[in-house]
Amino acid sequence: MKNTPLHSRHVRHGARLVEFGGWEMPVQYGPILEEVTRVRTHAGLFDLSHMGRVRVTGKDRVAYLDRLLTNHVAKITAGSIRYALFCRADGMPIDDLLVYPDTDEVFLVVNASNTDVDLAWMREHQKGFDVVIQDQTDELAMIAVQGPKSREITEHVVKGIDLAKLGYYKFAYGTVCGIPNVRVSRTGYTGELGYELYVPTNAASRVWDEVLTAGAMHDIAPIGLGARDTLRLEAGMPLYGHEIDATHDPIQAGLEFGVSFAPEKGDWIGRSALEAIRARPVRRLVGVKTDGPRAPRQGYGVAVSGAVVGAVASGSPSPTLSTNIGTAYVPVHLGEPGTAAEIDIKGKRQAATFCALPFFSRTRK
Amino acid sequence: MSQKSATRSARPDDRRYTESHEWVKVDGETVLIGITDFAINELCNGNEGDLVYCDLPESGRALDQGETFGEIESVKAVSDLYTPVAGEVVETNTAIEDHLEILSKDPWNQGWLVRIRPNSKELPKMMDAAAYERFLAEKKH
Repeated sequence: MKNTPLHSRHVRHGARLVEFGGWEMPVQYGPILEEVTRVRTHAGLFDLSHMGRVRVTGKDRVAYLDRLLTNHVAKITAGSIRYALFCRADGMPIDDLLVYPDTDEVFLVVNASNTDVDLAWMREHQKGFDVVIQDQTDELAMIAVQGPKSREITEHVVKGIDLAKLGYYKFAYGTVCGIPNVRVSRTGYTGELGYELYVPTNAASRVWDEVLTAGAMHDIAPIGLGARDTLRLEAGMPLYGHEIDATHDPIQAGLEFGVSFAPEKGDWIGRSALEAIRARPVRRLVGVKTDGPRAPRQGYGVAVSGAVVGAVASGSPSPTLSTNIGTAYVPVHLGEPGTAAEIDIKGKRQAATFCALPFFSRTRK
Repeated sequence: MSQKSATRSARPDDRRYTESHEWVKVDGETVLIGITDFAINELCNGNEGDLVYCDLPESGRALDQGETFGEIESVKAVSDLYTPVAGEVVETNTAIEDHLEILSKDPWNQGWLVRIRPNSKELPKMMDAAAYERFLAEKKH
């Protein structure tokens, strides 16, 4: 198991550490639901150094990535970030990721558990393109500050960027704790105002400590992956292995904003398969709310008019909504928000209602 | 594991234990079944607020040895509850359903889950407290 450069900090903070995507990561430092609420009301600090960071250079980098990725890389303007997926020829996702195109590179942030598969896929399709693929995961730490107080806190450690003017899904370079040229992006996996910092590994602990010190007056605290999962579910954001995987495509997952069928993008791996799915979707991803005592859980059946017609993809108690929430795949014609449904928990039925996603968002304000 | 788990006291030696972390205590003609502090800590890591639900059976239900009689749920996981003893459920600890913190505060007494009238006076072979301690110690390696 690998340790991030912040491992000693997690131990010091008394985290419960678990294996996640090949890394020993903090699942929680305290009660998970309290960590969720702290991010919604104040701010939280996350170690995301397990996420895969891949740098693509070479003159064909944009054409190459437009062949492999679902979104239209050539159209992403300077300083902007877009969501995209790697899909197989059958349209099924290998991973989902964020794309940061820059003047001399394209920087990708992928899931920890899929980093090796992604790199293998990228190298397998490299032939004929002038590109260099560089795994930067071990060179950079990734630290996120998320929550309504995140701007005030991050301003204390970032110089040279006007954070108030950095829009959602934009990035810039600034000086972080005295380190020049640090990539800072207004991104996150929480539905909150928030920032992600890509700092050199050897400075990770210093940046971590300085953010905690700067945020003390705003009640910042380190937040584990357990709360992060609930935050992303409340924000309606997909998690590979739940809403998307080798049998759950991005179209029916409601992720078409990350898929471009523009003619200028040309052919790309998975395009024709996803066009066919888009023409005739059979299921859709819906939000599920339940006032019953049980949270929806991945794999539970979902029934409409008594008959099981779908399955839960994710679920959790939601402290923000004060109810149990989840996502589920159901037939397109049965998934209208407001539809009364039931969750099947090993044969026991619990009343639920379908609703639109996301359950919560503050990001675009 | 966190420091919280390092300071627990020894398990009571008035009962038997299973490898799936249930305990069984004979109480007259019936037995009480609960789950150990280790099991509870695995679910909530000392954060009792992370326990969100406990599903217990109706009285009168007949259970086979090893059968699932309920579920306990934390924010991130659901675990089955197994009975190591075949018999009939005669009582359930309904106080648990609304006060899950009982499980982390007092798993050995107030934290019992079900009372079962065993089908046989001969209980299956289970670990005593010392053997369970050894089992947990080996599990860590």
